[in-house]
Amino acid sequence: MFGLGILSGLLIVPLCGAAFILTLGDETEAVRRNARWAALATTIVTFVLSLVAWSRYDTSTASFQLVETHAWLTETIRFKLGVDGFSMPLVLLTTFLMPFCIAASWNSIGTRVKEYFVAFLVLETTMIGVFCSLDLVLFYLFFEAGLIPMFLIIGIWGGKRRIYASFKFFLYTLLGSVLMLLAIMAMYWHAGTTDIPTLLTTRFPVGMQWWLWLAFFASFAVKMPMWPVHTWLPDAHVEAPTAGSVILAGILLKMGGYGFIRVSLPMFPDASQAFAPLVFALSVIAIIFTSLIALMQTDIKKLIAYSSVAHMGFVTLGLFTLNEQGIQGALFLMISHGIVSGALFLCVGVVYDRMHTREIAAYGGLVKRMPLFAAAMMVFTMANVGLPGTSGFVGEFLAMMGAFKANPTVAFFSVFGIILSAGYALWLYARVIYGKLEKPALMGILDLDLREKIIIAPLVALTIYYGVHPAPILDTFAPSTEALMQSMKTALSTTQTAAVVPPVAR
Amino acid sequence: MYHAIVFFPLIGALVAGLLGRQLGPRLCEWITTGCLAFSALLSWGVFLDGGGESLRVQVATWFSAGDLSVDWAFRIDTLTRVMLVVVTTVSTLVHLYSVGYMHEDPHRPRFFAYLSLFTFAMLMLVTADNLVQMFFGWEGVGLASYLLIGFWYEKPSANAAAMKAFIVNRVGDFGFSLGIFLVFVLFGSVAFDGIFPRVAELKDASFHFLGYDWHALTLACLLLFMGAMGKSAQFLLHTWLPDAMEGPTPVSALIHAATMVTAGVFMVARLSPLFELAPDALVVVTVIGGITAFFAATVGLVQNDIKRVIAYSTCSQLGYMFVALGVGAYSAGVFHLFTHAFFKALLFLGAGSVIHALHHEQDMRNMGALRRHIPFTTAMMAIGTLALIGFPFTAGYYSKDAIIEAAYASTRPGHTLAFMATVVAALMTSFYSWRLFFLTFEGPARWVSHEAHHDDHAHAAVAHQADGARGHHEGVAHDDRGHDVEPASHSAIEHHDHAPHKPHESPLVMTIPLAILAFGALFAGLIFKDRFIGEGMEAFWGPALAHGPDNHIMHDIHSVPKIVAYSPAIMMLIGFVLAFWMYIRRPELPGALADQQPVLYRFLLNKWYVDEIYERIFVRPAKDFGKFLWKEGDGRVIDGMGPDGIAARVADVTRGVVRLQTGYVYHYAFVMLVGVAGLISWYMVSGVPKVGH
Repeated sequence: MFGLGILSGLLIVPLCGAAFILTLGDETEAVRRNARWAALATTIVTFVLSLVAWSRYDTSTASFQLVETHAWLTETIRFKLGVDGFSMPLVLLTTFLMPFCIAASWNSIGTRVKEYFVAFLVLETTMIGVFCSLDLVLFYLFFEAGLIPMFLIIGIWGGKRRIYASFKFFLYTLLGSVLMLLAIMAMYWHAGTTDIPTLLTTRFPVGMQWWLWLAFFASFAVKMPMWPVHTWLPDAHVEAPTAGSVILAGILLKMGGYGFIRVSLPMFPDASQAFAPLVFALSVIAIIFTSLIALMQTDIKKLIAYSSVAHMGFVTLGLFTLNEQGIQGALFLMISHGIVSGALFLCVGVVYDRMHTREIAAYGGLVKRMPLFAAAMMVFTMANVGLPGTSGFVGEFLAMMGAFKANPTVAFFSVFGIILSAGYALWLYARVIYGKLEKPALMGILDLDLREKIIIAPLVALTIYYGVHPAPILDTFAPSTEALMQSMKTALSTTQTAAVVPPVAR
Repeated sequence: MYHAIVFFPLIGALVAGLLGRQLGPRLCEWITTGCLAFSALLSWGVFLDGGGESLRVQVATWFSAGDLSVDWAFRIDTLTRVMLVVVTTVSTLVHLYSVGYMHEDPHRPRFFAYLSLFTFAMLMLVTADNLVQMFFGWEGVGLASYLLIGFWYEKPSANAAAMKAFIVNRVGDFGFSLGIFLVFVLFGSVAFDGIFPRVAELKDASFHFLGYDWHALTLACLLLFMGAMGKSAQFLLHTWLPDAMEGPTPVSALIHAATMVTAGVFMVARLSPLFELAPDALVVVTVIGGITAFFAATVGLVQNDIKRVIAYSTCSQLGYMFVALGVGAYSAGVFHLFTHAFFKALLFLGAGSVIHALHHEQDMRNMGALRRHIPFTTAMMAIGTLALIGFPFTAGYYSKDAIIEAAYASTRPGHTLAFMATVVAALMTSFYSWRLFFLTFEGPARWVSHEAHHDDHAHAAVAHQADGARGHHEGVAHDDRGHDVEPASHSAIEHHDHAPHKPHESPLVMTIPLAILAFGALFAGLIFKDRFIGEGMEAFWGPALAHGPDNHIMHDIHSVPKIVAYSPAIMMLIGFVLAFWMYIRRPELPGALADQQPVLYRFLLNKWYVDEIYERIFVRPAKDFGKFLWKEGDGRVIDGMGPDGIAARVADVTRGVVRLQTGYVYHYAFVMLVGVAGLISWYMVSGVPKVGH
């Protein structure tokens, strides 16, 4: 259609929805309702479209598919889109989570409803753009542009300290992005192109790789977020509206991981190998320290936010093990965490909408009045803990197994995460859901209504389905991972024959 | 066939769990019980005509990554068949029993769904064809155990106990996970079929881990054994088991006596080909088993809660099983697992019947003279007690004697300690079992003065609840006299009837399971001893259990000295006489003894202070450290140096500007920054010569 491929369609449909909502008149009740339905319809159409893309995607090959390229800034910087095994699942995750975000915001957003949904739809376009871009400049633009709507969502529709949180979020991310921009410029000077498939086959000099790696690392580590640049996340989560938290935890945190697998690992293999111990150290610190911090939180959202940091520690750990188990585990964990942490934030939203507090101490004994909610929360808590049979297990297990292959000591410390995660997650559950229902404010609390049931049920189903049968996702990752391993192996072996590099210490 | 055995309980669990409200409790009870009974019938079928052959049933693939591939598959051999029978039989009886025991509870569909879910997970564990599926079952039973211990969710103590069980088990899983990783690195596979044929190749392999060069197989076995220690409540990781008694009594019988806690024993037996080549790991198994058998028995001597006595007894008996495994007598260990399932489930369900009769009284000091009121339960408990202490020709006699003889006959290091520990523990087992029996069924009836006692204890229970609310969990609250008070029995949930009442015998749905288990406790040893540990052993086990070429332990036990062979019987007799003397003839003696040896008494009563030590060295430091990292690390250092410094300035400026202008100033600030970024981009695009490389 108009010479555009299906991936362009994924970018354009949300924008069309946003444009339509903007044309709606002044903010009356009818307009709000229309805006909601329009946003929901748009996100569902986008999701269906992404399913069509998925049906055309061939999971048996590692090459980029559904590629389309259009003239853009210059001959060498083009508007090029395409997906491979690493990005396709993330695109699907994005389009899948968006309708839930819209539905979760149905009643809880009362002011500036139009703008709110416009921000979300624009955000969707930028997120899909990040995962589809096959040009570094395009990638950078989407990567940074996503900041704007998110910044607005926290800053306008957030909680009491929203301005502080949004600035913290912004400052951190900006810091990283400037360095990334410099790195992209340097790559362009060196290679004469910003075309990702071309860059993937370009060999940068080892010395240059180091600087490029560090520059990208600054950006991705913040987005991840890795310890010690993680402190923006708890604040952003706490202040963001429910749907904002879902997107933040579900998708935005995955951009860092995606950046590592798309740029850092394949383009700078020597630097990746050299810096792997640094990443290991930071990951293990993240896993243990932030789990301990999560243990002591008194705010539900903050607790989940810290647990996200810990889980992202497993992702970075897995990615830099540079073996199949580790990388596939990390990628799977990204998808799984997107579903599970998104669902957990939705659950928090459910009780927040009723009680307007996130203090753990304000709750207790909810199972008595909300058995369905308690059951759903149990499933997500167990997935968060990494119980086998839920999607949380497969990723964590593979990532740790990969780590053990790469460096048993690192794996030893990372496994402490499974003890600590059980500690904070169950303690949270016990304090909120179990116990006697004796707080007067909770006496009249209602269980999930139909809208909430429709939101939660598919997430429960997916959490268990992917725990028992993770093959659809893992098999999509597999060819790309294999190709990556192959290219890294050849790259590293040529370096090693050129200059004798001491083997990585075990 | 095997699919049906494993998945029928799951169907029951799903039906009761998802449709419980629509179907109503009665229907849920019978659906789950029916599913289980069907599964049990099939299990007995395959057990009795199974022969010794080993087969593999593929169900589906689970996941694969690189050279790792994990299947959902069953490995069916004699060991599996034995476990299938144990699990489904006890589970069916417990389901049936619960129909009566739980009949006043409003949440019965949930309860039965959990029970069936547990059974499913346990069956997945024992049929696992690879370590990862075993881990699935392992954690699955952990989840079910967590849910069932915390079934009465309004009790703070039950919640704390549930969490403790899960987390302590996770400590074990820490080792289990690392063990799986190591096995994968060594063998390139996690499936038993990929591991066992290759163990000999790696006999002398070493592995560098945490700065040491380990014998690879020993390290793998030790790590895996750590998981077994957690699940089977072995010394150091045992603390969750006594607290788990907060759960409903049928749960204690099923999960914390007969099945789940034996998972560790099963695991070591399943991995016997690995352990056989890791003699140092087996020494650890022996020693830990011996210590547990001894330690738990000492604590069992002084406990006053009827369920806790049996819980410590379970702990102790699990120690026996590990001693057997450690000295290489795998079949004896599994045989004890088999017989123990019958008599320990019987004891727990009998205790449940007592508790039921006294309207949820669990403190033995408030029992006595129940023999005349509930004669059937008394008889069943007597049978269970006889089997537990190893009275000749009961089930426990065959299995326990074999273990003690094996511990003596072994030549491996640590066997002497294990032998002494198990013999002394046999004495103590006999003592505490009879103590329980006499306190409960004989002597004066102390439950008549029930009400007076109740007030006395009520405030302690309240104090305990306040304690729980503060987040500090202690298993025991102490009243003035230094006796511990069990909060469980005084909670509002269980304790709904305050008036004095006559104890009553339990309904038929509860007594029938008791009778069946009693049959097992009496005759399971006699019937099956030849197959498990006697003449028919080789044919019975087939390839299920491995024995190294120089492992002749099962033959050597026939040539132990007479005194060793008779020692369990002698110990049993001494224990009986002591208990009879102290609790029937001279009932004032125990109190006097406790006063005379206050330090020892409190040491035992407080379970060697292991909980307190853990609280001090693990729990509290972890919390303090977490708080420190949060407030000081994240708050002061990272934020203070980084964003807060800058953000605070920005916020100051913004606030100033807000006063000057209207609206959302930060939008403008933001647009400006985007402009800068755009400018840089433009420079980059236009200013760069097009260089071809």
